[in-house]
Amino acid sequence: MSLDRREFLVGTAAAAALLAAGPAAAQQPKRGGTLRFVPQADLKILDPIWTTGYITRNHGYMVYDTLFGTDDNFQIKPQMVDRWTVSKDNMKWTFTLRDDLVWHDGTRVTAADCVASILRWGKRDTLGRLLLGATGRLEAQNAKTFVLELKEPYGLVLESLGKPSSNVPFMMPERIAKLPDSEQVKDPIGSGPYRMVLKEWQPGNEVVYERFADYNPRSEPPSGTTGGKRVYVDRVIWRYIPDPATAAAAIQAGEVDFWESPQLDFVPQLEKHPNLVVFITDPRGNQGWIRPNTVIPPFDNKKARQALAYLVDQNIYLQAAIGQPRFYRTCPSFYMCGTPYETGAGAVTPDPERAKALFKEAGYDGRPIVVIDPTDQPQIHAAALVTGELLRQIGLNVDVQATDWSTAISRRTSRNPTNQGGWNLFHTWWISPDLMNPAVNAGFTGAGDAGIWGWHRNDEMARLRLEWVRATDEAKRRSLAEQLHRMAWDDVPYVPWGQYLQPSIHQKKVKGVLQNPAAILWNIWLDA
Amino acid sequence: MRDAARFVRNNPTLVIGLVAFTLIVVSAVFAPLLFTGDPRAISPLRRLKPPSELNWFGTDHFGRDLWTRTLYGGRISLVVGSVVAGASLVLGTAIGLVSGYNRRLDAIVMRVMDGLMAIPAILLALALMALVRASVGSVIVALVVPEIPRTVRLVRGQVLSLREHTMVEAAQALGARTPRILGRYILPALVAPLIVQGTYACASAMLVEAYLSFLGAGTPPVIPSWGNIMAEGRAYVQLAFWIVLFPGLFLALTVLSVNLIGDGLRDRLKVR
Amino acid sequence: MAGRVGGAFLLKRTLATIPVMGMVALFVFVLLRVAPGDPAAIIAGDYATAEDIARIRTALGLDQPMHVQVAIWFGRLLRGDLGTSIFSGLPVTTLIAQRLEPTVSLTVLTMLVSVLLAVPLGILAAWRQGSWIDRSIMVFAVSGFSMPVFWLGFLLVWAFAIQLSWLPVQGFVPMSQGVWASLRHLILPAVTLSLVFMALIARMTRASMLGVLQEDYIRTAHAKGAPPGTVLARHALKNASAPIVTIIGLGFALLIGGVVVTESVFAIPGIGRLTVDAILRRDYPVIQGVILIVSGVYVLLNLVVDLVYALLDPRVRY
Repeated sequence: MSLDRREFLVGTAAAAALLAAGPAAAQQPKRGGTLRFVPQADLKILDPIWTTGYITRNHGYMVYDTLFGTDDNFQIKPQMVDRWTVSKDNMKWTFTLRDDLVWHDGTRVTAADCVASILRWGKRDTLGRLLLGATGRLEAQNAKTFVLELKEPYGLVLESLGKPSSNVPFMMPERIAKLPDSEQVKDPIGSGPYRMVLKEWQPGNEVVYERFADYNPRSEPPSGTTGGKRVYVDRVIWRYIPDPATAAAAIQAGEVDFWESPQLDFVPQLEKHPNLVVFITDPRGNQGWIRPNTVIPPFDNKKARQALAYLVDQNIYLQAAIGQPRFYRTCPSFYMCGTPYETGAGAVTPDPERAKALFKEAGYDGRPIVVIDPTDQPQIHAAALVTGELLRQIGLNVDVQATDWSTAISRRTSRNPTNQGGWNLFHTWWISPDLMNPAVNAGFTGAGDAGIWGWHRNDEMARLRLEWVRATDEAKRRSLAEQLHRMAWDDVPYVPWGQYLQPSIHQKKVKGVLQNPAAILWNIWLDA
Repeated sequence: MRDAARFVRNNPTLVIGLVAFTLIVVSAVFAPLLFTGDPRAISPLRRLKPPSELNWFGTDHFGRDLWTRTLYGGRISLVVGSVVAGASLVLGTAIGLVSGYNRRLDAIVMRVMDGLMAIPAILLALALMALVRASVGSVIVALVVPEIPRTVRLVRGQVLSLREHTMVEAAQALGARTPRILGRYILPALVAPLIVQGTYACASAMLVEAYLSFLGAGTPPVIPSWGNIMAEGRAYVQLAFWIVLFPGLFLALTVLSVNLIGDGLRDRLKVR
Repeated sequence: MAGRVGGAFLLKRTLATIPVMGMVALFVFVLLRVAPGDPAAIIAGDYATAEDIARIRTALGLDQPMHVQVAIWFGRLLRGDLGTSIFSGLPVTTLIAQRLEPTVSLTVLTMLVSVLLAVPLGILAAWRQGSWIDRSIMVFAVSGFSMPVFWLGFLLVWAFAIQLSWLPVQGFVPMSQGVWASLRHLILPAVTLSLVFMALIARMTRASMLGVLQEDYIRTAHAKGAPPGTVLARHALKNASAPIVTIIGLGFALLIGGVVVTESVFAIPGIGRLTVDAILRRDYPVIQGVILIVSGVYVLLNLVVDLVYALLDPRVRY
């Protein structure tokens, strides 16, 4: 596993930069200044529970804090929680908050606030629903302590509360967390290291954050979403620049400091620039998905989904979508390579002839296969074009329907036949914390209508997943994860089209950048 | 022969425009015969290659051949330009005639036209595109709508002034019916200004189609129109300038040739 | 002269803008009603239940009969309420106000540059009609408005910002942070737009000057031996100025189209980018608001132009 990761990076300038820029060197951090940050997308929605969008999650990490966090090695560590106890049978949990927690409006953080926040999050999030489903009682005992009593075994209490990616259980004041989960939070009051300056927010252009002076960081060194979230800059400005060529020119000219997701084609040119540093924020990277719609033909038929699995040659996808070999690797694991449960169990090797035969067996009737193609998402756009081309090459009818991302994500909720707005294949990508085990991987729920778009239903997978969640024994978890993985390659809830890294680029004067799958902007300082 | 030479000397703009336009039409129509391949075929290993013997105009970020795509792209612009010009002329003339002849309808029609004219054409087209699924057809509709009021005003103005004309009044007095007056006196007088208006509508439609596609609200991106090729290439302006350069050059030349034809015709037909 | 324009004309012309804006408002209302998809469903988001959607529909008044909705719509407009963005939840008026400065700066600068350069060019061309000067000015003009604005923008960025590094590539700096800093960011986009707008104005100036130059009193002035410069300035330009002013007014619509595209090329956070973002995301309240405001400005501008025209050209009687 570690060997794979080294091959992935070794000998590249990116790796060198990674080492050079690593955890804050011996230099003394400087206070002050404004960090001008170009985010991956435009922040439109402020409620991190209401949407799973990564941009809103990243906003969440600016303004909110969490009870627990996940460190660089996927270990759960306390964050707002000071100490906790658990009964012998793992059924009763008592959490006590730190003393020095303050909301941005100046009031104290209470246990009741946290209970309300968990309840709101638990109505939406996959893991949250599992947790609340197993919970019998969740209530505040006093201002600083709350109790969680399970009614059935659940092995992921801390993993759920320390979940690092969408939806993150961010803590909000009770008055805000009491909003129904169908209504968006519009008031970004949290207890996190930054405070959003709401009146300077210009959707489509700028989001402004300022250092929250009353934030008290933990004393531990930062790691993942845990440890001391120290803020050195006065302000952070997120400036949305949708056009990558413009963003590239802006960072070269020193007009911005940090570009979160540069298009990979620009990296070779930018890393030669004397003032710029290429930095891999998430060494595990992203996994591309092809998600078939399992409620309408042809992919309601398992054979057609298997055909898709045989058709996908990750090398072709990665060449077209990522382009530069040092940033990508093929990976047969649904959990992604470089994660604790990585496995190749049951994986198939590409075989277009076999795919063709399987489509025939599935009774494919020549109806055009609708591939949704969001052209404003370069990597997804490329993958969709490749899928269209590969399907065409084995003689299928394909209709690649170009659209934009926001239309695409509303369209993917349609279960209609393809001639009434429905779809057959949808491409996307995820980061490792969202895929790394059967509980978090949204493709493994087998929950049908209750699952995500694509509505893959497999009762056996659903049962095994629940067993995995309840298991407290690591060996058992491992064997269950492998069993599920084999089932996934057989029943094909989705096909991974490869694993790739997304580097960031920042000015040399930006110091103390941390590695984490989600962009986190604490610990950063500007070396004038 | 001598006549031809004199025609060229007297109408240089018109002739240059016509020659250039014909060349572009030929290149688009006969694109499959002009050393092109499949405009949609991707080849990931030949991404972002500069112009060479193999790819005369270079390749884009999917390794698609730009010579091929640029020639095929002309088809969309030419179809959009000519259909928009034709449709806006036909609809505008019809509405303008009705409006010029019927006082009661005139009031309503002209209020609607004033309202439409008050919305800048690109905003109107963009808003219309927000309502429908992108297709070449919907782009044409979105471009025809803002173009109609101009024709309507032109036609209505002509009708109103001609109706007062002694010739028409005389014909009416002699009992000529409306269709006859239309065919005999009014339509002939409209031909020249309408042709000129048509060329400008065509030129502006080709530009606006490119703008809409460039902004992501035009022709569906899988169709290689000039606007789309440039929209996809904009991310690579620094790395692969040729992706934006060639389609833009072709578009500018096409629009220029149509404008030259319009100017030439205007001078020749004495339209003000 | 002002006396001859008269209060009655002023009033009549001003009142005439009301039905036009009424039409625009109605059109914009229809736009939202025929838009595909239920706005309530868009607002409710991924996890919404049927009850959630119904509740939002009621809150938006979408469950009311159509004529009531039209009445509500006009009532809201009269109170200056343009609704709220589906995505950010901010009032549309706030969103538009945030984006006003860049667009106004860019538009005004472009108008200034183009008028200052194009009017003399047009006069020169008309004066020397048929000469090589006239021909080259006209070739420049017709090329100018045959070029896609964004393509021109890319050529200029490539040359002046990337190759020569003279000017910034993108962005906008408000005037409050320094006039020069602000202007530096505006030069390339304004030049891009001006090249197109200039072409139009130069052509129109030439056409109306030619018309005037052929009139009798100009010939008389020439015959009387007045110097050509004086004839041009005193007689011809004065009489040609009215049509030129009209063109500047009408050209605003064209300019706004160019602004939408140019802001996108130069990442200027103005009304244009707000519109394009809103259209790509189907954020209908924002689309409606922008169309209303821009059309309103356009109608007002043309009102002013017509009044100026009446002042400049006493022959006009409406």
